[in-house]
Amino acid sequence: LAFMSFCLFDFFVFRNSILESEASKVGFSVPTARKTGTTICGVVFKDGIVLGADTRATEGMVVADKNCSKIHYISPNIYCCGAGTAADTEMTTQIISSNLELHALSTGRQPRVATANRMLKQMLFRYQGYIGAALVLGGVDCNGPHLYSIYPHGSTDKLPYVTMGSGSLAAMAVFEDRYKTGMEEEEAKQLVRDAIAAGIFNDLGSGSNIDLCVITKGNVDYIRPHDEANKKGVRLSYELDPEPVTGDYRYKRGTTAVLSKVVNPLDLELLEETVQTMDTS
Amino acid sequence: LGLKMLSAQNFGESGKMKEYHYAGPTEHRFSPYAFNGGTVLAVAGEDFAIVASDTRLSEGYSIHSRDSPKCYKLTDTTVLGCSGFHGDCLTLTKIIDARLKMYKHSNNKTMTSGAIAAMLSTILYSRRFFPYYVYNIIGGLDEQGKGAVYSFDPVGSYQRDTYKAGGSASAMLQPLLDNQIGFKNMEGVEHVPLTKDKAVQLVKDVFVSAAERDVYTGDALRICIVTKEGIEEQNIPLRKD
Repeated sequence: LAFMSFCLFDFFVFRNSILESEASKVGFSVPTARKTGTTICGVVFKDGIVLGADTRATEGMVVADKNCSKIHYISPNIYCCGAGTAADTEMTTQIISSNLELHALSTGRQPRVATANRMLKQMLFRYQGYIGAALVLGGVDCNGPHLYSIYPHGSTDKLPYVTMGSGSLAAMAVFEDRYKTGMEEEEAKQLVRDAIAAGIFNDLGSGSNIDLCVITKGNVDYIRPHDEANKKGVRLSYELDPEPVTGDYRYKRGTTAVLSKVVNPLDLELLEETVQTMDTS
Repeated sequence: LGLKMLSAQNFGESGKMKEYHYAGPTEHRFSPYAFNGGTVLAVAGEDFAIVASDTRLSEGYSIHSRDSPKCYKLTDTTVLGCSGFHGDCLTLTKIIDARLKMYKHSNNKTMTSGAIAAMLSTILYSRRFFPYYVYNIIGGLDEQGKGAVYSFDPVGSYQRDTYKAGGSASAMLQPLLDNQIGFKNMEGVEHVPLTKDKAVQLVKDVFVSAAERDVYTGDALRICIVTKEGIEEQNIPLRKD
């Protein structure tokens, strides 16, 4: 009796992946998902966690959003940075945030970071890497501060400092140089700021500003932006009298030609008028 | 008992087992080209020409250099801007310099902008079947002292323009130049001839905008202003991220 047993997860047909491969055979190109081409990182310090992220979202090698928010809310004590496909990181964190809130109501306890980690990794593994979300999950719960990095295929690492995204090598270089256990808050914030800045200036996929999120027991500081490292058209050197940087490109009325105009009058008759009072008390 | 773990990927639409498609032999080729980014721009005025380029040299997601300008001074009245594959840019400029010297020695005069443009076209076409991966734009003064811009494609097709953008952010810059210098899509606007100062300000603004949206453009802007007095250079810092 030939017997084959297989793992008991639900039968998933990856319809979209089949569609993609069939479509490309016929010659249709699948629209490229917007990737965040990012630098995100997190660090454990004496009293909690500091998470950091840049704010550039790219579509290919063109900047799609100069100031997007990559640090997502999971629960009041847990936040998550996301790199990879923008839609995937956004939706995944929202789904887990929603489920975690229901779970917290059910248990009657503050959610734990390990729970969020478990939920995220089980979802990402289920989708076999097709959800392109690389996450840095951090928070403080009843067992102290915890920091995880989560990869698109569903593996996780629990570490004192992590970086993800295209600028992760630049950021990790800074961490490996200056990380110490039990840092103070200001020192940790400066370290994360410098790591993200390394990614912003040395990686083409990252840029614009630095967002920070400091999580301690009972308090969250969502600092957006912590550092506006790049402003449009402003010189970096701090001169006393900046000359006007840009010319004036406003158009006068009538610059856009009106080729033809059609006016359709609507003949309306007033039939009835009623007054409904609003309760504004 | 044979126990096999099967993932959902092994099952097709109908629920039956899919055939295992192994990838087969794949050919990995060495690519002789690389894309090093960079944007160039040239504008011709009544008695001046401006050639501008950013100074960032990149590859993939990394930056090789923040100070690698793409404007090359050929003669006192001609500047060449080239972007694309940096290796070919360097070789091409070396070849042009040598040919300029040869011309000078045999004809006892400096090559004019128009002559350099025509020569560049033949140099590029001579490599029709293994092209120089370079987008060239020549800016300079013609024999009458008027501003001239010549734009090329990688295999040597060229034409004289009033203004042209080339390189990675060219698709972002060209429409803005069409509007501001060519007065396209504008009704009832007086076609004032472009002054040198307005042109320089426009070039700066256009590059600041390009640096916002194109990841390959940034760091600094090098502007070469060609007039009958000579070539003046300006350096403006751009976003470094």
